[in-house]
Amino acid sequence: MRIVLSIFAVALCLAPASAQQADPARADAAVKAAFPTAPADWAPRLTPDDTMALCSVHRNSPPKNVADDIQKREQANIVYPPDNNFMGDWQKGERLAQSGYGLRFTDYPARQANGGNCYACHQLTKKELSYGTLGPSLSEYGKLRDFKPEAVKATYEKLYNSHAAFPCSTMPRFGANKVLTIEQIKDAVALLMSPQSPVNTGQ
Amino acid sequence: MAGETQVRFPILLAAFAIALSGAALAQDAETEKAIEKYRAMLREDPWSNPGFLDSDRGEALWTTPAGPKKATLAQCDLGKGPGKVEGAFAELPRYFADADRVMDAETRILWCMEKLQGISAVDYVKRPHPGGGQPVKDLGAMATYVASKSAGQKFAAPLAHPKERETAALGETLFHRRSGPMDFACATCHAGSGLRIRLQGLPYLAEKKEASKVIGEWPAYRVSTTHVMTMQHRLYDCYWQMRMPELQLGSDASVALIAFLTRQADGGEIAAPGLKR
Repeated sequence: MRIVLSIFAVALCLAPASAQQADPARADAAVKAAFPTAPADWAPRLTPDDTMALCSVHRNSPPKNVADDIQKREQANIVYPPDNNFMGDWQKGERLAQSGYGLRFTDYPARQANGGNCYACHQLTKKELSYGTLGPSLSEYGKLRDFKPEAVKATYEKLYNSHAAFPCSTMPRFGANKVLTIEQIKDAVALLMSPQSPVNTGQ
Repeated sequence: MAGETQVRFPILLAAFAIALSGAALAQDAETEKAIEKYRAMLREDPWSNPGFLDSDRGEALWTTPAGPKKATLAQCDLGKGPGKVEGAFAELPRYFADADRVMDAETRILWCMEKLQGISAVDYVKRPHPGGGQPVKDLGAMATYVASKSAGQKFAAPLAHPKERETAALGETLFHRRSGPMDFACATCHAGSGLRIRLQGLPYLAEKKEASKVIGEWPAYRVSTTHVMTMQHRLYDCYWQMRMPELQLGSDASVALIAFLTRQADGGEIAAPGLKR
């Protein structure tokens, strides 16, 4: 309730935005009415959670106190691999980086595992020329971090929940939102951080 | 020549020195050049745009009796009075007193189909968009015709009515609203200049300059799906990719987003039907 109230307060007070932001209740009602064929278990997709509501109101540039709250909340929901081994198989990581499959209304019943679709937004290996530029290039990601164990863990955390590192990041919360499994996230970590991965060998 | 080589060599060295960003930038530029060449080829002969066939089909449908009432849409009021199609699209979305709501072109044409022809809008919106390879449906063909009758004009959707302002504001809020399992908003992909998904360039719709260049190209013939895609269909497809459910044609949210995008494109020239990858 407090968060809802503070979002409303922000919507009212934020000088440049106040003229353009619609009443949040009006937006909720419009969204609910716009997707009448949504299955019952899709209802959570229609409503932003507290973090998304704040990021939306602040156009992904939250003031420091809001950013700190978001970061704390999102850090708290990271689930780590039980054995604290963060590295999986980079080859599997490359496959999931290529795949955009999963969670669209045409993807049910699921015919394959969800993808991470990393290439939609990032450059990774040199070989793949069809990459997007919404996110930074991740070429030589591990090499640039000297393959340090802390960096391996930090990479796992960023993939599990990007907001734990960068509040209001535009990257999906792959672990927290259950887009990818813990094993898949480890595979993606290996693609970025393994010295043998083509991301780091320059292939 | 020797001088040029001498000059070039340090440049090459410098390029290698900043291998990562430099190579990536050069590659981006190369890719962008190739895509632009393809676009230029598509534009070379504007009359080769298959979208004109759907525009013609839409014109024929407009004047053909249809529906339980066996009536044409000749008396449909698109905002400039019954039967006036010329220039109407440039002033949409707008508030319609008879429906007491703001409507975009497709929503208004569907309203006319229901009122004048007796066609059930509830049934029509169940499957309003074509699958890949299928031609645009009748409503979309008529929307293409209506849009083409404003080609060359500039977007000037009215914002005098409070509901028109409220609708555009709602659209702006929805544009930035993040939700679904990927936390995507329209703004995730359309709030920066020169960005791409894979190799597909993304227009910066949060900015008026870029929005006014691209919004007027819809409805557009898409080479990749070999049919005309309308603006309602464009939004439906965006929401599919955002992992959201099926956006209902004519819903307040869909109209609001179109109202916001049209406001962003205000003053931009209408070039419908456009031609897209």
